[in-house]
Amino acid sequence: MDRKVLRSFSFWYFVVATALLYLPILLLMVFSFNDSTSLTFPLSGFTLRWYERLFQSGELLRSVWNSVAVGVASSLVATALGTMIAIAVVRYNFPGRGVVVAVAAMPLVIPYVVLGVALLIAFSQVNIPLSLWTVTAGHVVINIPLVVLIVAARLIGMEPNLEEAAMDLGATYWGTLFRVTLPIAFPAMVAAFLTSFTTSFDEFALAFFLVGPEPTLPVYIFSQLRYPSRLPIVVALAALIMVASVLLIVFAEWLRRYGQQPSRPAEATGRVAERLEPRPLRSAGGVS
Amino acid sequence: MSDIAVELRDVSKTYDGARQEQSVRAVHHINLAVRAGEFFTLLGPSGCGKTTTLRMIAGFEVPTSGEIFIQGKPMSHVPPYRRPVNTVFQNYALFPHLTIEENVAFGLRVKGVPKAEQERRVREALELVRLPNLGHRRPSQISGGQQQRVALARALVNRPAVLLLDEPLGALDYKLRQAMQFELKALQHEVGITFIYVTHDQEEALTMSDRIAIMNQGQVLQVGTPVQIYERPVNRFVANFIGETNFLQGRVIEVHGNRCVVEVASGVPVVGSTYDGVQVGDRVSISIRPEKIRIHESQPDPRPNLFEVRVETVAYIGSDTQLQITMPHGDRLRVYDQNDLSTVDESYFYAAGDQAWISWRPENALVLKN
Repeated sequence: MDRKVLRSFSFWYFVVATALLYLPILLLMVFSFNDSTSLTFPLSGFTLRWYERLFQSGELLRSVWNSVAVGVASSLVATALGTMIAIAVVRYNFPGRGVVVAVAAMPLVIPYVVLGVALLIAFSQVNIPLSLWTVTAGHVVINIPLVVLIVAARLIGMEPNLEEAAMDLGATYWGTLFRVTLPIAFPAMVAAFLTSFTTSFDEFALAFFLVGPEPTLPVYIFSQLRYPSRLPIVVALAALIMVASVLLIVFAEWLRRYGQQPSRPAEATGRVAERLEPRPLRSAGGVS
Repeated sequence: MSDIAVELRDVSKTYDGARQEQSVRAVHHINLAVRAGEFFTLLGPSGCGKTTTLRMIAGFEVPTSGEIFIQGKPMSHVPPYRRPVNTVFQNYALFPHLTIEENVAFGLRVKGVPKAEQERRVREALELVRLPNLGHRRPSQISGGQQQRVALARALVNRPAVLLLDEPLGALDYKLRQAMQFELKALQHEVGITFIYVTHDQEEALTMSDRIAIMNQGQVLQVGTPVQIYERPVNRFVANFIGETNFLQGRVIEVHGNRCVVEVASGVPVVGSTYDGVQVGDRVSISIRPEKIRIHESQPDPRPNLFEVRVETVAYIGSDTQLQITMPHGDRLRVYDQNDLSTVDESYFYAAGDQAWISWRPENALVLKN
C-alpha cells in the first residue's frame, strides 16, 4: 500500500477509535451541566443544579463515604499482604513458590461475578452477616494480585545484592528489610495502594453480592437508576468521580515510575517490569 | 593470635541441581591461608570458583564441607552481619535511596555508633578515598569511578579485619582502572587491612598483589608471589593463563639436577629447567615466554638452544616487535623483540620470509609434566 494512504488511514483509525472510547465520557461531562432531566440532544441550557443537589443528598454522600472507607481499608490490608507475598516470591526460592504465585494471581482471571457468588455462599455458610466488612474482604481478595504484581516488579528491578550489601554492613534480616528493602519498594507500595483504591472504589459486581444494608457508591448508583428524575445527579457524580479517578491513576503511575528510576538503566529491569505490568486499569467512570 | 587473617580448610561448595548430574561443583577441596595485612588475590577464568570462595568468606554462601576461619575463629554458624569482614561488590551495590554520606554511614548506624563519631568517621572515610565534597548527592548522580570510591569508603569505614573485593574495577574504563590499581594498593598500605581481591584480569593481579592464588575449575592450582607465579608456574594451565607463552611438546632424554634435555622432534634436543622432578622418558611441555627468546639476524657464536628459523609474520607494536617464527622441525613460536633503537629505517626490522636465528637460555625454558 502507498505509504501516504497508510499514514492517513492510521490517522483516521486513531481518531475514530479514540472518539469511540472517550466520546461517551465526554457526553457524560456535557450532560452533567445540562438543564434537563432527560439525557437527550438538543441541550437545554447550562446549570449547576445537579451538582448542587448532589451535595445535598445525604444518602448519596454516605455511600461515597462507605466506598472511601471500604477502599482505604481493603487497599491497606491488600498492600500489606501483597507486599509480603511479593517479597517472599521474589527473594526466596521455597517449595510451593509457583503455587503461591498462582493462588495470589488467581483473582485476576476469575470473573468477579463468580467470585462474588462464591464469597456470598462462604459468608452465609459461616453465618457472617453481610456488611461493608464483607465487601472489604472481597476487595482485599481482588486487590492482592494488583499489589503483588506492582511490588514484585519493583523488587525484581532492584539491584540484587543491595540486601547482601546491607547484611555485609551489619544489618540483620529485619534491619535489612526496614532500612533497605521496604524503603526502596515504598513508591511501588504507594502506587499499589492507589491502584487498589481505585479498583475497590468503582467495583460493582462483588459489592453487589456482598453488600449489607449500607451500600457502596456503585451499588447506590445502580439502585438510583430506577428513578429517571434523579439520573442527572448520578451523571454529575459520575463526572466528578471520573475526574478524581484519572487524577489518582496519573499520580499512582507517576509515583511508580519515579520509584522505578534505577541508579543505572538496566535493560533487564525494564523487560521484567513490562512482563509483570498489571492489566490496563478499568477507568472509574460511571456505571454503565 | 596467629598472623593468619583468613584460613580455608578443605572447603567445598556444591550447588544441588534437580538431578544428581546437574549438581555443580563450584569449589572443590580448597585450602588457603591469607596472612594478616596481605593483599591476596584470587585469580582465574570466569566460573573457576573465585567469586564463590569470596562469597563463602563473606558469609553469603555456606560451604558444603570444610571450615572457614577468620582471625582463628570458625565461621560456619556466623551470619554475614556478624563477621569482621566487609565487601566491595562488583556493581558497587550502593543504596539508591540514600545519599553518599548515608551510604557510608550505613554500617555505623546499624551498629549504633554515636552520631558525632559517625559523622567524623564518615568524613574521614570520604577523605581517604578522596571524595570529600559529594556527601549530599545520590549514587545515581555521581560517575562510576566515584561510585567505586564510595563503595570502598562504605566498607572501610567499619574498619573490618578483612576487606573483600569482588572484581571492583571491572566496570571502569581502561585508564581509570589502571589508576585505581595503584590507588587501591596505596590505600591498602595506608589502612593496613587484609585485602582479598577477586579478578580474572592477570595484569590487575600482578600489579597489586602480595600473593596470588590461581584457581581453575574449583581448585587452587598455585599460590605465590607475582614473580613466583609468572616465573615458576607449576603447570601448563598456570603458565598459559598468566602472561603469554610458547609450548613445545617432547620427551625427556636426560636429567641432571634442575637441567634436563627434551627431545621435541627426532634429533632436536632442547635444554630446559625443571622444578617438579621429571624423569627420563616423561612426556612434557616446555614453556618458553616470548620475551625470553633472543632473535639474531646473523648466526651467533654456538650456544645452547640455537636454531635457524624462518620469520612468518611480523607485527610492530611500538615497545617491541612481535614475530612468529617456524623452527626447522615445524614448531611455531612467538618471539617479542624489544625495539631498543629509534629508527624509521624499515630495513632495520625483520620482515616475513627472513631467515634468522633464535636462542634461549636453559633457565628460560621451563619443563612441565603433562
